[in-house]
Amino acid sequence: MDNDVAIKVEGLSKAFKLPHEKNSSVKSAVVNFYKRNKSYDMQKALKNISFEVNKGDFFGIVGRNGSGKSTLLKLLAGIYSPTQGSIKIEGKLTPFIELGVGFSPELSGRDNVYLNGSLLGFNRKEMSAMYHDIVRFSELDRFMDQKLKNYSSGMQVRLAFSIAIRAQSDILLLDEVLAVGDAAFQQKCYDYFEDLKLAKKTVVFVSHDMGAVQRFCNKAIYINRGKMTHIGAPLDIADVYQEENMQSIIEQSSEGSKEAHKDDNIAVSIVKQDNEQHIIKFRIDYGSKFETYVGFSLIKDGATFAELNSLDLKVSDKKGALEYILDTQLLNPGVYEISATLIKSENKQSLATTASRLKFNLPGFDKTRGGAIHLENKLSRVA
Amino acid sequence: MIKRIFSKRNRVLLAELVRTDFKLRYQGSVLGYIWSLLRPLLLFTILYLVFIKFLHVNYGVPHSAVYLLVGIVLWNFFLEMTAGSISSIVGRGDLIRKIRIPRWIIVVSSSLSAVISLILNTIVIAIFMILNHVAVSIDILWFPLIIVELYLFGIGIAFFLSAAFVKYRDVSYIWEVITQALFYLTPLLYPVAKLKWPIVRKLIFSSPLSQAVQSARYVTVTHQTYTISQAFHSFWPRLIPFAILMLVFVVGTTYFKKKSKTFAEDI
Repeated sequence: MDNDVAIKVEGLSKAFKLPHEKNSSVKSAVVNFYKRNKSYDMQKALKNISFEVNKGDFFGIVGRNGSGKSTLLKLLAGIYSPTQGSIKIEGKLTPFIELGVGFSPELSGRDNVYLNGSLLGFNRKEMSAMYHDIVRFSELDRFMDQKLKNYSSGMQVRLAFSIAIRAQSDILLLDEVLAVGDAAFQQKCYDYFEDLKLAKKTVVFVSHDMGAVQRFCNKAIYINRGKMTHIGAPLDIADVYQEENMQSIIEQSSEGSKEAHKDDNIAVSIVKQDNEQHIIKFRIDYGSKFETYVGFSLIKDGATFAELNSLDLKVSDKKGALEYILDTQLLNPGVYEISATLIKSENKQSLATTASRLKFNLPGFDKTRGGAIHLENKLSRVA
Repeated sequence: MIKRIFSKRNRVLLAELVRTDFKLRYQGSVLGYIWSLLRPLLLFTILYLVFIKFLHVNYGVPHSAVYLLVGIVLWNFFLEMTAGSISSIVGRGDLIRKIRIPRWIIVVSSSLSAVISLILNTIVIAIFMILNHVAVSIDILWFPLIIVELYLFGIGIAFFLSAAFVKYRDVSYIWEVITQALFYLTPLLYPVAKLKWPIVRKLIFSSPLSQAVQSARYVTVTHQTYTISQAFHSFWPRLIPFAILMLVFVVGTTYFKKKSKTFAEDI
């Protein structure tokens, strides 16, 4: 193995046995044994994953819920054992993947600090030495003799985090640590991450927070239904994530509305795109048996940055077409999308959404990637 | 291997888990730790009243109260080790699912809680021995070894039960019935010397529990105790309980080792 490789994963697969009916009694085990039927499904949580994490990498694992991110992390942590493939780890790994594992609600905060410390391998003497720092960092001085069950969840997380950052390991595994806690706590997390980066620690980080992934990670993978579909720069991975998320939202909403109102439809099309003149002309066709109006949004990188509707036009035909011209000088180069929704005037209920969004590309040098609005003439330096 | 088992991290973790177990045990009770002494004492008082004062069971030995007590204490130790460990793995599911620790530590920590109770109970035995003017012989030095034997037997069973319980929750009920059978198979409340058929005595002394309990009584209370050497006259059959013990230990630990790989997903 290379000297600067911290984690090497090769052809990793994990399958879970999912019993049809839980086999948790001896009787059903005996019955099933004689019947010789497999009363379980194999659920393949991860399929043939391979990647390398170098020492000092801040490595992001991104994917939608149920894609297998946490399973992967648990495999890396050694909590699950792989069905196929191998994981090689060079260096000391943090044993936990979540904050506050092993906390006991019936014990006092103080006892829990020592208990949690022991999970990190610190004996009582070592814990006593760092106890005050931990308490000070957690800002829970007054509560240390109270039982943990009387702590708010925010307080518990603060305490857990204050202990966890003491872990002396080369590789850290972090699962959704930012999902909990208030803004101040998140700031502390960010500061800690910065410290980790400075200390050249290897971190594997699972998150839904693309902001954090882009800010800290130098490499990321995207997992979709157990398969690693993308590996690369966090920026690109974040794009993939946003795109897939949006796609599924639109799929869901369009499926739902199609079934409910077969007569209602809406479509967007480009009439003309002239990059010399900086204009784009697009058309929205719609039809419904109700009084309607049209709402549409302009999207870049999965985020809507402008929303408009035809209410001001006072056209509430049941069928018709709208044409718009957009001055593209307003926009930076990049790929844009237009999504339109047909809305019932009476109750503002959404009747239909464009099944696939209209995409258009504004060519040009991609120097201000991530932003949509072209500010050059509207932004001037004054000091 | 040995070095890995007794690594600093494992030792620290084990100590802290035992401490936690002990702290949590009497959580919310008024008398707290006193219960670990009071409970066996009260249970013993009942047995003493029933078997010695009311039924006048003649054990054929001097200091029959202490004789009875030694048996009860060792039985309780075995019971606490086995029945107390059944749900140890499932009960610590949060740890197993979210942190990489050697799984055996959880079972061992639960068994060490039983050892702590045993030590406290042994103090009670010592007090009774002094009050009863039991003449202590040099043989008492064997007592710790008998405890080690019982511990190995108990931990073998505990490993098996706790691993099986992850998948089959019936285990706790089955074990309850088996314990009841073992309770009567072990000469705790009846004088084994007075049983009519030698074959029954041989059966009783095939159990490591009976052998351990009677040997413990022999070395602590009185040499008039009926032991395994009287049940089996030749040498080789006397190894039966030890063979059973070894078998149980090996099967239990092997089964646990095999099953522990999937605890995190099975719980």
